[in-house]
Parts: sequence; structure tokens; C-alpha cells
Amino acid sequence: MTDTAAQPTRLLDLANPTRFLSLAGALLPWLAGLSALVLAVGLTMSFNAPDDYQQGMTVKIMFIHVPFAWLSMMCYTLMAASSVGTLVWRHPLADVSAKAAAPIGAAFTALALITGSLWGQPMWGTWWVWDARLTSVFVLFLMYLGIIALSRALDDPAKSARAAAVLTLVGFINIPIIKFSVDWWNTLHQPASVLRAGGSAIDPSLLRPLLVMALGFTLLFFTLHMMAMRNEIWRRRVIAMRRMAARKADRNDAVASEAIFSKDPAA
Amino acid sequence: MSHLAFVLLSYGVSALVLSGVVAWLLIDQRAQRTELQRLEAQGIRRRSQKAQQP
Repeated sequence: MTDTAAQPTRLLDLANPTRFLSLAGALLPWLAGLSALVLAVGLTMSFNAPDDYQQGMTVKIMFIHVPFAWLSMMCYTLMAASSVGTLVWRHPLADVSAKAAAPIGAAFTALALITGSLWGQPMWGTWWVWDARLTSVFVLFLMYLGIIALSRALDDPAKSARAAAVLTLVGFINIPIIKFSVDWWNTLHQPASVLRAGGSAIDPSLLRPLLVMALGFTLLFFTLHMMAMRNEIWRRRVIAMRRMAARKADRNDAVASEAIFSKDPAA
Repeated sequence: MSHLAFVLLSYGVSALVLSGVVAWLLIDQRAQRTELQRLEAQGIRRRSQKAQQP
């Protein structure tokens, strides 16, 4: 009982930008090292995994394509949660989190589309079809680009934060559409195969490397996100300090010109 | 194209894009750090920093 009451204060303490910077400084080397390690193990496992009996070696594309697609949706969910933080609590770190995540999410979405296309050509016989799953992920990519543009459109981050947060939350409707598109509509893309009722449809020899790769890319995502958030906090400090420098210079100018004007009549 | 080419191409593109993101973050990090140090060297402090000073 007391725990739940004490939690908000503790979480707010963590969300202090200065505290976040010191936390990021301590965590980042470990997080980066762990991502590299897990990805190295995952890549070795993927390399040694057997070929699929139908797809041959193209199944290796699954080990990167599926984590990219998962992360493209997880990143957007994280941005939607941050947007709630911006709109409800108006916490500046929430906006920093959403703004920093957008380009990383766009990169993962682009990679999901590219690797999917490179998998589709040999297996489906086409690079692209405008079916439900592919189109909804393409819309997600466009949403990312829109949010990136909007969150960088205005000089004052506080002003663009609210507009970008509203856009992000409206666009969140796309996430369940992507998830269930394979069930609701007839599509070339296969239905959910890992997280489904009755257990995974993938053989353990292929599922194990996939899960390790997914964990590795998730760790990489959080490393990149933390780096991007730290950069954004520093960028905002630079902007604030430049403003103070300009104000100081203005004040000095005013004092100097006053001195000139007060001398003028005597001359 | 052989299947191997598709596999190599998708891994190659992924490595390229992700290292691009890492490079961009590191370059940005360096730029912000240098600028912060330059401004601090000029004696400019943020309000919260001034409050901490006696």
C-alpha cells in the first residue's frame, strides 16, 4: 500500500533531466556492450541455424526482418506512451523521449520494409504488393516521417511537443491495424507465427536464434534511444545557454549605448 | 539472383543503415558536447546551475 503511494515521487525523481544524464552516462557503456554481445551470439546462432525445408536459406532473412518489424511497432508504442506523458503531465523528458525515438523507429521500419521486400522477391515472386500488412507498415513509416518533420518544425520545442504528441496518439490506431491486418484481411503475408494460441508455429531450431536476435536488437534500440535522448537534452541546454548569452549581450549593449547617450549632451 | 544474394543484401543493408544511425548519434553527441563546453568556457551558466552556486 505504502509502496504504490511512494512510487510516483520516485519515478518523477528519475525523470529529472540531470539525473537522467548521470544515469545514461553510467548505463550506456554496459547497455551497448550487452547489445553487441547478444547480437554476436544471435548472429552466430542464425548462421548455424538449419535452412528451411521449403524456403531454403532465405529463412535467414527472418532473423532480422521479424525483430525489425516488432521494434518498429514497439518504438511507436513507446512514443505514444511518451506522448501521454507530454499531454497529461507536460513532462519535458516525455517529449525528449518521443522526439529522440522517432528517427530510430523510422530506421527500423524502413529496414523491416527493405528486408521484407528482399525476402518477398525470391519467396512470393514479387518485391511489393499493396496488401493489408505491407500497406499498413508503409503507413507507419510515413507516420514516423510526419512526426519527425513536425517535432522539428518549430524553434521552440515546447510548442511542437504538444502538436507532435497529438499526431502520435492519433496515429497509434495504426498499431492494432498492423498487428491484426493478417487476420482481418486476405494478405500474402503469413499470419502471426510466434505469439499465437497453441504455441509457436516455428521449429525450435529456427525460433531460438530468432528470439536471441530479437532480444539483441531490442537492447540495441534502447541503447540508441538513450543516446538520442541524451543528445536532445544537451541540444536543449545549448539552445537555453545561447539565449542567455544573447540576453547578456543585449544587456551589455544597452549599458554601453546608455553610456554613449549620457555622454553625448556634454560633448 | 541466387538466394544467397538476397540474404547477403538484406544483412548488408541492415548493417549499413544501423551503423549510419550509430554514426549520426555519435557525431551529434560530439557536436553538442563541444558546443556546451564552448558556452560554459564563456562563463554562461543555466539558471539551475546558478542556483547551485553559493
